[in-house]
Amino acid sequence: MSSPTHDPAVLAAIPVRPSRESFAPPRARLFPPIVWAGVLVVAALLAVLPLLNLVFPAGHALHISAFTIALLGKFMCYAIAALALDLVWGYTGILSLGHGLFFALGGYAHGMYLMRATAAAQGADRLPDFMNFLDWKAYPWFWSFTDHFPYAMLLVVLAPGLLALVFGFFAFRSRIKGVYFSIITQALTFAAMLLFFRNETGFGGNNGFTDFREILGFSITAPGTKAALYLLTLAILLGALVFARGLTQSKLGRVLTGIRDGETRLMFVGYDPHWFKLFIWTVSAVLCGIAGALYVPQVGIINPGEMSPANSIEMVIWVATGGRGTLIGPIIGAGVVNGLKTWFTGVFPEFWLYALGLIFVLVTLFLPRGIVGLVLMLRERLQARRAA
Amino acid sequence: MIDQRRQCMPAQALADDANTGGSGGSSSYSRHRPEGVDTAHGVILYLEDITVSFDGFRALNALTLDIGVGELRCIIGPNGAGKTTMMDVITGKTRPSSGTAFFGQSIDLSRMSETAIAHAGIGRKFQRPTVFEQHTVFENLELAMKADKRVRRTLRARLTGEQIDTIGERLQLIRLLGEAHRPAGLLSHGQKQWLEIGMLLMQEPQLLLLDEPVAGMTDAETERTAELLNELRGKHSLMVVEHDMDFVSAIARDGKVTVLHEGSVLAEGTMDAVQSDPRVVEVYLGR
Repeated sequence: MSSPTHDPAVLAAIPVRPSRESFAPPRARLFPPIVWAGVLVVAALLAVLPLLNLVFPAGHALHISAFTIALLGKFMCYAIAALALDLVWGYTGILSLGHGLFFALGGYAHGMYLMRATAAAQGADRLPDFMNFLDWKAYPWFWSFTDHFPYAMLLVVLAPGLLALVFGFFAFRSRIKGVYFSIITQALTFAAMLLFFRNETGFGGNNGFTDFREILGFSITAPGTKAALYLLTLAILLGALVFARGLTQSKLGRVLTGIRDGETRLMFVGYDPHWFKLFIWTVSAVLCGIAGALYVPQVGIINPGEMSPANSIEMVIWVATGGRGTLIGPIIGAGVVNGLKTWFTGVFPEFWLYALGLIFVLVTLFLPRGIVGLVLMLRERLQARRAA
Repeated sequence: MIDQRRQCMPAQALADDANTGGSGGSSSYSRHRPEGVDTAHGVILYLEDITVSFDGFRALNALTLDIGVGELRCIIGPNGAGKTTMMDVITGKTRPSSGTAFFGQSIDLSRMSETAIAHAGIGRKFQRPTVFEQHTVFENLELAMKADKRVRRTLRARLTGEQIDTIGERLQLIRLLGEAHRPAGLLSHGQKQWLEIGMLLMQEPQLLLLDEPVAGMTDAETERTAELLNELRGKHSLMVVEHDMDFVSAIARDGKVTVLHEGSVLAEGTMDAVQSDPRVVEVYLGR
C-alpha cells in the first residue's frame, strides 16, 4: 500500500481546523447574570434590615426587631459553615461529620479575646470566672497574646487550619476514604468535645465562654455593634461565596470534582489526589473557623455543645437540603432548615429532632439535588413545555 | 501543523522484517524519537525473558518481545495467554519474577512505580472505559492534558489558545468535536472509549497500551475505532490487545501481529502469516 497522504483526494478530505468557539467552552463567568442579580438583591435586602432596626423606633411598621437581626446574623454564620462543608462534600466527595469542630475552634479563639477584653474592662487584674473557680492566677500558655485582637483573629484561622492540615495529611496519605473518613471526623469532634468539657483543660468547661461585654472597646450589646457584626457577617458570606465559586470554576475545581467522580482515573491522568484533598480540606476548615468566630459575638456564648456530633450532622443536612455541589444551595439550606428549627422549637420543641430526621429522609428520597436541584428541574420543565 | 504530521505517516517498513523478531528501526521512524526516552536503536519497549508466576502458575513464561518506535503492534491469544499480565508488567502493576523490561534503551520499568511509569510516557487504556462522567468532553481532555499537575499550578492554570487548538485537534481525531460540550456520562459506550483514548493522547505518551479497545462496541463503532487507530499509526507507538479478529485484520495491515500462548510468544508475523501458521490455528484460531 502506498502512503495515502500524498493523494490530493485525501488531502481535500481532511477537514479544516475547527473554530475555537465551536468546541471550547465560553470564557468562564463567575455566575450567570440572573444568579448575580438574585444574589445581589438578596444581599441588599439583608443589608437594609439592621438599618431598619436602627432607624425606626420599636412599634413602627418598618421596625425590625433586634431578635430578628440576631437570628439572621446567626443563620448567616451557619451559611458560611455550610458553604465550607459544600466545598469538601459537594465538590470533592469527602463527607465530613466533624465540621462543627472547626466551627467551634474558630469560636473559641475569638471567645478568648472577648473574655479578656471583658475582664480588662472590669478591672486590670480581673480573670474570667471559670479561672477564679479553678483558683488559677495566670492564663494557661495557649491563651498567650489572645488579649491582642489581631492575634486572636490569626488564631481563628490557624487553630482550625493547622488541625485540619495535620489530621488531613495523615488521613489522606493513608487513603482513608468514604464512610471510614466520615466516622473518624465524627470521632475527632466527639473527642474534642469531651476534652473541652473538662474544667482543667482551660476552656471554661461545661459553660464555655460567655457573658461578653466588650469588643474592640465597643459594648457588645449596643445595637450599633450588633448591626456592624451583622453587616460584617453578610460581607464575609458574600466574599466566601465568590471565593468558593472562583475556586470551583477553576481547573482545580474540575480536579476536585474529578476526585469525587473517579479518583483512580485521576491518578492515572497524573494528579496526586492527596494534595488536592488536603488543600480543599484545609480551606474548608479555615472558612468554617471564620464562621464560628463571627457566630460567637452575635450569639454571646461558645460552649463544647457546638462540637457535639449532632451539630456536625445537622450541617450536613443543611447542605443536602439546599443542594450539594451548588454553593448557593447550602446557603439556602442553612437558612431554611434553621428557620424551620426556630419555628419548631417555639411551637413543638420536643418534636424538632423528629422533624429534622424527616426532612433528611424526604430530601434524600425526593430531592437528591436539594432545593436548588428542584428549581433547576422546574426550570427545565418549563423550558421543555415552552419549546413543545 | 497538519502538513508536518502527514510526513510522519509511516512507511510499511516493519512488514519487511516481519519474521526476524528484531527491532523495526527504519529511518522513517526516527522522526518520532520521543524526548527523554532513548530510542537510539528504534525500539521503544523491550521485554526480555519475563516470567511472572502466581503460586507456581506461570502467567508469563520467559516472554520476549520488543516494539519499534511508531509501530502499531497487535497482540492476540486465547484467554489466559498472559496478555493482560504483560500489560500489568509494563505499567508497573505487577512485578516480574524474573526478566527485564526496558522503556527505550535506558528506563528500567521493573524498578518504577505506576505513576512514575505514567509520567515517563506510557499510557494505558483499561478494558472498561473510565472517564469523568460529570465533566464535559472538553473538560475531560483539558484535565488529561500534559501540564504541571501540582495544586498551585492547577489553581492558576488558564488554557492558552494553543492548548485549546490542541484539544480541538484531539476532538477531531476522536470524532467528538460535536460533543465537546456534552457531559461525558451521556456519551455512548463507544464514544467513551474514544474519549479515553483521546485523554491518553493528551498526556502525550510515547507508548500507548490499549486493552481490548473495541470490547462491547457495535460494528460501526468498531470500524471507526479501526480508522482512529490507523490515524494514530506512526505518530505513537501502540500496543493493542484484542480478541476481535476482523478488527485486528483491519488495523494490523502488513504490520506485525504477535500471538501469545501460555505466557510466551507462539508466533509473530503478518496477520496472513500468523493465520496460516498451523500452531496458531491449533491453539487459537482453530477453536
